[in-house]
Amino acid sequence: MLTYIVRRILYSIPVLFLATFVSFIFVSYAGNPVSLLRQNPRVPKSTIENLIHQQHLDVSPFVRYFYWLDSVFLHGFGKSLQTLQPIWPQMTRTMGHTLQFIVISEVLALVLGIAVGIYSAIRQYSVFDYSFTTIGFLGFAMPTFWLALLLQIAFTDIFLHWNIRIFYTSGLNTLPGGPAWSLDRMQHLALPVLTLLIISFALYSRYMRASMLDVINSDYVRTARAKGVSEWRVIMKHVFRNALIPITTVAALNFGALIGGAIVTETVFSLDGFGYWFIQALNSLDIYEMMAYIFITAVAVVVFNLIADIMYGFLDPRIRYD
Amino acid sequence: MTESLRPSDDSLYPSGQMEGNAVLPEGDPGTGFLETRGGPETTEQAGLDLKVRGQWAYARMRFFRHRLAVAGLIGIVIIFGAGILAGVVAPYGYFQIDLTHILAGPSSTHLFGTDGLGRDEFSRVIWGIRTSMEVGVFVAVVSTFIGLVIGAVAGYYGGWMDNLLMRITDLVLTLPLLVILLTAATLLGQGNQWRVSIILVLFFWTGIARVVRGVFLSLREKEYVEAAKASGAGDARLMFRHMLPNTLGPVVVNATLAVGFAILIESALSFLGFGIKPPTPSLGGLVADAQQYSQQWWLTVFPGLTIVLIVLCVNFVGDGLRDALDPQQRRMRA
Amino acid sequence: MPDPILSIKDLVVEFKTEDGIVHAVDGVSYDIFPGETVGIVGESGSGKSVSTLALLGLIPLPPGRIVSGTAMFKDKDLLRLRKKELRRVRGNEVAMIFQDPMTSLNPVLTVGSQLAEAIKTHYPDEKDDAVKARVIEMLRLVGVPNAEVRYGQYPHEFSGGMRQRVMIAMAITNSPSLLIADEPTTALDVTIQAQVLEVMKRVQAETHAATIMITHDLGIVAEMCDRVLVMYAGHIVESGDVGTIFKSPRHPYTIGLMNSLPKLTEDEEWLEPITGSPPSLIDLPPGCPFHPRCFLAREKCRQENPPLVQVEGAGPTSAHLSACHFSDELIGRKTKFSEEAVA
Repeated sequence: MLTYIVRRILYSIPVLFLATFVSFIFVSYAGNPVSLLRQNPRVPKSTIENLIHQQHLDVSPFVRYFYWLDSVFLHGFGKSLQTLQPIWPQMTRTMGHTLQFIVISEVLALVLGIAVGIYSAIRQYSVFDYSFTTIGFLGFAMPTFWLALLLQIAFTDIFLHWNIRIFYTSGLNTLPGGPAWSLDRMQHLALPVLTLLIISFALYSRYMRASMLDVINSDYVRTARAKGVSEWRVIMKHVFRNALIPITTVAALNFGALIGGAIVTETVFSLDGFGYWFIQALNSLDIYEMMAYIFITAVAVVVFNLIADIMYGFLDPRIRYD
Repeated sequence: MTESLRPSDDSLYPSGQMEGNAVLPEGDPGTGFLETRGGPETTEQAGLDLKVRGQWAYARMRFFRHRLAVAGLIGIVIIFGAGILAGVVAPYGYFQIDLTHILAGPSSTHLFGTDGLGRDEFSRVIWGIRTSMEVGVFVAVVSTFIGLVIGAVAGYYGGWMDNLLMRITDLVLTLPLLVILLTAATLLGQGNQWRVSIILVLFFWTGIARVVRGVFLSLREKEYVEAAKASGAGDARLMFRHMLPNTLGPVVVNATLAVGFAILIESALSFLGFGIKPPTPSLGGLVADAQQYSQQWWLTVFPGLTIVLIVLCVNFVGDGLRDALDPQQRRMRA
Repeated sequence: MPDPILSIKDLVVEFKTEDGIVHAVDGVSYDIFPGETVGIVGESGSGKSVSTLALLGLIPLPPGRIVSGTAMFKDKDLLRLRKKELRRVRGNEVAMIFQDPMTSLNPVLTVGSQLAEAIKTHYPDEKDDAVKARVIEMLRLVGVPNAEVRYGQYPHEFSGGMRQRVMIAMAITNSPSLLIADEPTTALDVTIQAQVLEVMKRVQAETHAATIMITHDLGIVAEMCDRVLVMYAGHIVESGDVGTIFKSPRHPYTIGLMNSLPKLTEDEEWLEPITGSPPSLIDLPPGCPFHPRCFLAREKCRQENPPLVQVEGAGPTSAHLSACHFSDELIGRKTKFSEEAVA
């Protein structure tokens, strides 16, 4: 297994290089950072040329890429073009916020999704099954931004009509820089979490149900029953363990993708998260911030893909990567 | 960008597939209510067939038994029909301003109300449907075609060709969709639905390619392929006549579901302002416009609801197709 | 004659499908006596598996339905037992071996733990060591080499033949009085088949369990069974001693089966399949289910379903039954195997 992991990592490195390289070139041609810099009010005219040189904007993007790589590893991703502030602390701050609400919603979604999936499968065709499968279908068909907006509108309405603020509809805390684990924060995160929760829940419960049904009808479950094992044990020991395997893969992949920042949710709710930060960088064509985001996202996708495979190999003895 | 890359059905292979390991493909199993899947096949059909039927006729029969799938099909026909006939169906023009009826709620003259410039929301939604439809179908069709070719070549030839193509697939999957889209938008100017579609295609083909490749890889070893080879069939013939038909089931299902995913992604991009840009109508754009009018719920609800309905119907149809075409139906053994 | 250990009377099982109601088992009755091996032979769709799955309650009951009938085992009606009691019988007094060894074992659990489960389900108070020892003993009995090591391995590390041996071990570990083997060798290569059958014979000699051997392979019947039941379209069409059935079958279907086998000791130009195609279990023709394909078919066959009765000229000890109106016309009819001595 270890050799497999090492091999995968080694193989991912060139892919990552290539991906970031292609992205870098694209991004550099998307706008003209030089002219943007010249227009930047924060930069005094006298230092513009200096700055252009410092930020390597005077060389071709192909060369610039390697300067950038250097900054990634040695200088914490360098400095933002717009604000000229170091990127690294911004990234860690926003990533922290994103992680907070992603982890909460994913954990909840998994637990609920698995439970509902199991029950739906055991009680197939029941009212429970039909209603939750419908919810699952809906969740799959709903655009995240729309769900987020609906929630926002609903709770704003409640506030406006009844003057009760149950959940906040924007921002991370009532006052910026508030504590991370406070009731206030939770009230602010509730709606974003709910949004992600519903969508992820639909995914997990649907998969779990299907996986359970698949396993329940398999031969080895019949063998277990033929041995006289009680139905409860059959479900818990034979069905559940096998049915869980694909879910872990799905969950890992989903989480890896979410690391790229739940962009839409963060935008709608104005959360100071990783995705939101990227959108702002995008709007100002700040290539270094954008590239920092892209790099992290790509790494996250690769890492979580690897995690998904490892978990799969761990849980299913048939798969042995050697 | 939608929250997760909303893994398109079959790109959910644990990426052991990247290495060409024969990891069991899971894919999205769907929720067809008569769902059965997997398990070994014993061809014990003998006693249970009513009469000899063609394979496609039987599949068609199975499809139409699924009420949801049929409902979805009807829904799609209606909605897409409205989109195609937008000029006829929409009572007002997309840009038709009526400053005397700003921000009116739903009524008999304006089914979905009006927006900040008095434009009829219902008509705007209809025009938006047409755009979404164009994107969805274009992306699904073109990416399927590309994915088929690449997947077939990779799966059939295996070896270094397979490796190379799979590496490219990985690369595409690692690249952020948004960046490419943004750049393309900036470089090529107007963000209309075709440019957006092309970019989406460049990402969607990977899902189909993986499915097709998987099928081809498994089929290569099968006896009938060897038999055909032994009787002198050339590569192309083998691929087209013998192996490709086997992929049609999952490919059709995948393509159908891709329509929905494409629309979801496109609308999210348009919502953020990086997809289809005005003046081209788009449902995502309509929702974005509605953001400043949070009191006028109809401006947010109706375009979004339309998206949900389209994707829902498409998914129902896709599920129904999956159950109809999936040859792994488990039979009762005598 | 001792009392039968299993006595099935008028079992009717149907399945509700999209195309209609499938009459999988349509009034089947037979007895199994202690220690004997009875073969049930038939094509796919004949109902041979369903009749035994019904005994152990292994038929999924939404599409399936046990319409009527009794199945007396020892002194309990298996079809009417409460779930809890039925579970006590399963894997304990009545055990089953299934057809496909590749999928019949849970892939994520070790073979040893699955065998141990068979024991611990019925003897929960046994100590783990004792259980493990018994499992290893069973593995040795069925001829799994290196049993100690194999105990901790996973099913995918076993070959098909080995897995089937494990299944056999799992079935006999609680010394059942009735063993049902549902096409245990169909999914295996011929050479492995022979090995597994060898194991089964050995196991039978040790445990003296009554065995129902379900198969479509007459060769296996000839080798393993004392008696045989021939099923067609959910009915038993003929039953009797193996020797008698092979030498002088009295049902057109049985004769057709025998004749359709290739004979290895002679040069044959053509094989003789049974004409026609297998019946639809949804639209069974009235009268005898076999009449559309029968060379003896007459008007009476189209109208009346022939009862399973003793045939003319049957010997004193064997109960040779046939469900054909015109079975006596088959007296003296030879099949390919009539000349051969059946072992």
